Order: sequence, then C-alpha cells, then structure tokens
Amino acid sequence: MLTAPGADGRFGEFGGRFVPETLVPACLELERAFDDAWSDALFRSELSDLLAQFAGRPSILTECHNLGSKRGIRLILKREDLNHTGSHKINNVLGQALLARRMGKRRMVAETGAGQHEVAPATAAALLGLEWRVYIGELELPRQALNVLPMRLLGAEVVPATSGSRTLKDAVNEAMRDWVATVEHTYYAIGSVMGPHPYPLMVRQFQSVIGDEAKAQCSALLGRDPDVVVACVGGGSNAIGIFSGFVDGSARLVGVEPAGGAAVGRGVPGVVHGMRSYLMQDEHGQVQEAHSISAGLDYPGVGPEHSHLAATGRAEYPSVTDDEVISAFQLMARTEGIIPALECAHALAWIVREAPAMQGRTVLMNLSGRGDKDVAQMMDVLGETGGS
Amino acid sequence: MTGALESHLRARRDAGRALLVPYVTGGLAGWTDAIRAAAAHGADAIEVGIPFSDPVMDGPVIQAASERALAAGATPVSILDELRGIDAGVPVAVMCYYNTVHSMGHERFAARLASSGVSAAIVPDLSLEEVAPWASAADDAGVETVMLVAPTSPDERLARIAARSKGFLYTVGLLGVTGERDELASTAVALASRAKRATDLPVLVGVGVSNAAQAAEAVGVADGVVQGASVVRRLMEQGPDAVGEYVAEVRAAIDAVVHRARG
Repeated sequence: MLTAPGADGRFGEFGGRFVPETLVPACLELERAFDDAWSDALFRSELSDLLAQFAGRPSILTECHNLGSKRGIRLILKREDLNHTGSHKINNVLGQALLARRMGKRRMVAETGAGQHEVAPATAAALLGLEWRVYIGELELPRQALNVLPMRLLGAEVVPATSGSRTLKDAVNEAMRDWVATVEHTYYAIGSVMGPHPYPLMVRQFQSVIGDEAKAQCSALLGRDPDVVVACVGGGSNAIGIFSGFVDGSARLVGVEPAGGAAVGRGVPGVVHGMRSYLMQDEHGQVQEAHSISAGLDYPGVGPEHSHLAATGRAEYPSVTDDEVISAFQLMARTEGIIPALECAHALAWIVREAPAMQGRTVLMNLSGRGDKDVAQMMDVLGETGGS
Repeated sequence: MTGALESHLRARRDAGRALLVPYVTGGLAGWTDAIRAAAAHGADAIEVGIPFSDPVMDGPVIQAASERALAAGATPVSILDELRGIDAGVPVAVMCYYNTVHSMGHERFAARLASSGVSAAIVPDLSLEEVAPWASAADDAGVETVMLVAPTSPDERLARIAARSKGFLYTVGLLGVTGERDELASTAVALASRAKRATDLPVLVGVGVSNAAQAAEAVGVADGVVQGASVVRRLMEQGPDAVGEYVAEVRAAIDAVVHRARG
C-alpha cells in the first residue's frame, strides 16, 4: 500500500500545507471531514453505488493484440475512458462532491486545464445539486471548446483565468483566490493529487479504485501482476490511482511526463499551490510555464507523492515529445480502434519507444481518458485527412 | 530579543501614534523613490513585495505590478541589492511567497535580508505548521518573521500564531485577496479586536484597507494599517510623488482619529 502521510502531510520530504492562513482552518476541517467519511461505511457504500450506477464502474481491461503482438509485448489497457464523462476524473469528483455535500457546502470551485477535469465535476455537481464554478486557463479555451459547452449545459459557470500565463497553473491560482474569498461556504475540488494536505492523499484514495480493480482483474487474466504499469503524469492522479494497486509488488511503475512539462525529470523541489514537490522553475524560484500538446498535462508541478516515489526510486518518470505523442495517438486509433486522450497517448508513446527493451513483457497501461475532446485540435495538427 | 521593526513600532504605538505601513512592489519603475517618498510623508515602516510568478494572495493590482516588475527583469537578488543602498529612515520588511525563500535556501535568504538592512519578512503562504525551519533561520540572522492571522483563524489558533510572530501581527482584514474595496470589511474590525485581546504585539490590518477613510476606521481598533493595492496603483499610474501625497493623506486621517480619541 502507498503510505499515509503524517500529520504534517508529508510523503517523505514532499507535500505539506503551504497555504495562506485564511485557508489553513479549511484544510484542517477538510482533513477531519475526509478521515471521518473515509472510515464511514455508509459514505463508502454511497460512493461505490454512484461509481457503479452513475460512472459505470468497474472499467474493463482490453488487451491490444494488434499493437502488442507487432512489438513483442503483451499490452493491456485499463479502460478509464469508458467511464461516464470519459475519464478517470469522475472517480475523484464523485467522492469530493459527496464529501462537499456531507460538509454542508453549497458551492464548489475547481480549476481545469485539461479536457478531463471539467465535464466530470459539472456532472457531479448537477447530480448532487451543487453550484459549480470552474476556472480554465484563457489560452486553453480554443483547444477545449468542445468541453466548455457541455459544462455550461450541465449548469457550471466557466470562468477564463486571464492572469499570469493564462494556463492551468493560473487556473489553479484563480481557483485558490476564489476559495480564499468564499471559504466559508465553498468547497475547492482539486482535480489531481496535488495542492495542500489532505488533497494529495484524498484524491489518491478516491482514485485508488483504478488500482484495486486492475489488480484483481490482472490476477484473473494473468494470474499475477503485470511486469510494467504505465500512466501519463501531469498532476498525476490517474497514475497514482493505478500505481496504488501494484506498489507493493514488483511491477515496474512508469509515469510518463510531457517533455515540455517534466516536473520530475527537469524540475527541482519547490513550493507552489500548497505543496512542496518537484517544480519547473528558474534560478530565482519563479515558476516556469509548461508546454505540452495536451492541455491536461500543461502543468509545471507534480503531485508530491510522485516526487516521493521518484526520490525513493519506486517509480520512474521518463518524458516523451509532442511528436511521439501525435504518432502514438494515431497508432492507437488505427490499430486498436480506440481514440485515446492526448494525455494517455503520452503513456503509449513511451511504451512504443521502449518496447524493444521489454520483449515478452506484459504491460498494463492506464487509458485514463477518451480522445473525443482532442479531435478538433488534432485536425489542426494532422489536417482533415487525419494524417492518412 | 526584540527586533528593530518591533522595537520601532512598539515605541511609536506606545507614544500614541497610529501606525502606517505602505506596501511597494519591488522592481517597479520608481519603487525606491516611492519608498523614500512614503517614509518622508509619514510611513512608520515600509513593506517591499518581492514579485512572484504565482501570487495567490494577490488581487489584480498587485498581480499586474508583479508581472510588470518581473518583465522589467526584477529578481529577489536585484531587489535586495537595491534595498541595501536605500536609507529610508524607517524599518523595511519584505513580503515574499515561500518559493522565493525556498529557492535561495533559508539560511542564505535570511543572511541576504540582514545584509540588505531588511528587518523582517512576511511570507503569506507559510502557515504556523510550516514556518519553523524558516523562522529559526530568520531568528538566527536577526530577521523578524511577521505572522498573519485571518478572519477564519479560531481564537486558540490566533493566540498561538501571535506567540510566534515578531515585528507585528498582520491581521488579514477580509476573506479574499489583496485589492481595493468600497468599504472596510466588517471582518477587519472584528479580527483586529480579537487580535488585540490576544497579544501585546502591534496589531496591523492589511488586505482591503483601501483609502484614508478606511485606514481611519481600522485604527479605531487596530494599532495601524498596511496599505498595498492603493499605494501600488498610484505608483503605477502616477509615480512616486503620488505615493508620497497619498501617504500624507492617510497619515493625516489616522492621526485625526488618534487625536480625537485622546481629546
């Protein structure tokens, strides 16, 4: 099992709770509320019911015979793309929305840069009758246009973040500024395993359903754990979710970062958005902008537990380029009939690149989201022929 | 040992003076002249902001100032170097986000502040639970760490924060980020009252104290005010002289309150 952080919210030397005093009492309240809910069988069963009846869990495993056999590996996908709203984000969001309601909060606020954490919370808020506002980096709006209308249809208020670099990190800043002003009645639903304690722990627990299912499913399918478990990493919630099922075993754990947002690969420890973690920053401690073809991975930091897993050597965090990602995106569509989210195409890009060194191995990849949201952007990249 | 900022503020408060601490974003055009103008027109200390890429406690004015200063090439080192040459005649505190400190390292940053003649540091994203490593390095270097309390801080927690604070106790006047508001929030006065009951430190209200009238209202309860966005906006729009004029206006307004109270 992944370890629980101590009272100081640390995973090794990472994590913590670096927020303005205004928010500290809210973080302490949330920590108590989450601990209480997570140990409450009634809450857990309500969440399980929602995950089954609303989100459509469990998600299946799909073996990619075409892709795998050509490359001498056995490739298995964990199909989080088949969840309602099309990604793993719903696992966390349903948990946090239930918790918000339990805490008596009427309003929720969130950030998004990704296509993945916007529709899911709006859906959960609609279902549970909560008011919802979501901040999105203004620069991401064009490539996320296909997600903005559904969010509005679901009743969410979508607010462009116009400060700073106008990307995901600035959407987080705006969400935190909102929360500072509204903390008494507003719940901040962070979309990934990042932010101040207890968010990295809480989001991990809500996403651990991926790893729990995958572990049992691999056991049934393979009779053992896979040799390699691969997921993309921006903040890192889908990766921590699937890693959580295998961290105790001997499977190699691989979190794939975008080359332009490689917090673990290129960052040094720093503190932003409430946590100490690897962070892309300049020599003066100014946070640098991330650049990735995938809006969801355009983040200069990473969840603190990933920093800890990297520092201890339990997981590794290579990066792939946008070009490798585009090829992988097309490859999965053509050979397996699945259009992956650009985020997940990062994981596949690494698998394709490293397959020669993994001959005969069984590789489990978390297909954390579907690619429908990315097709307009890919049409710009590939042309209307889709690159054929 | 009581530090330079706290000794200075306590002495002035105990002499019956309402305290005024204007905030200036370091690295803006004219910022050092603004410090001198503020000091000359009645500031009791100056707070200098070190611009950061992701200022989550700041509203639009100070965000814009930070971006402008960074675009002009300001760095923590360049700002502290320039501060060394300023003899404002009043103590200087820097306000910076924690990554600026973390990036340079606690001991190095504290030593750098001391060698630049900076008395104190305000690090708004360093809570009581996280402050110890920095605060002990700052203590060793003779730099005072000013702690913040918020309207959401319960009394018991407020007392613990006040006990760790040096220089003064910074009370965040409202739920929200820095910036000018039409009225002083009711939370400002309520929190200042709670803080005054909890500590003998000078208690200053900052965040949302937007003009001379609001400053006067705040010092009805608090020992003084920090004024940020209203100062920085004048510096950006009109230059250092306007900062001096504004500080003089606020000075007169808060002095009138104190005199009335004595009267």
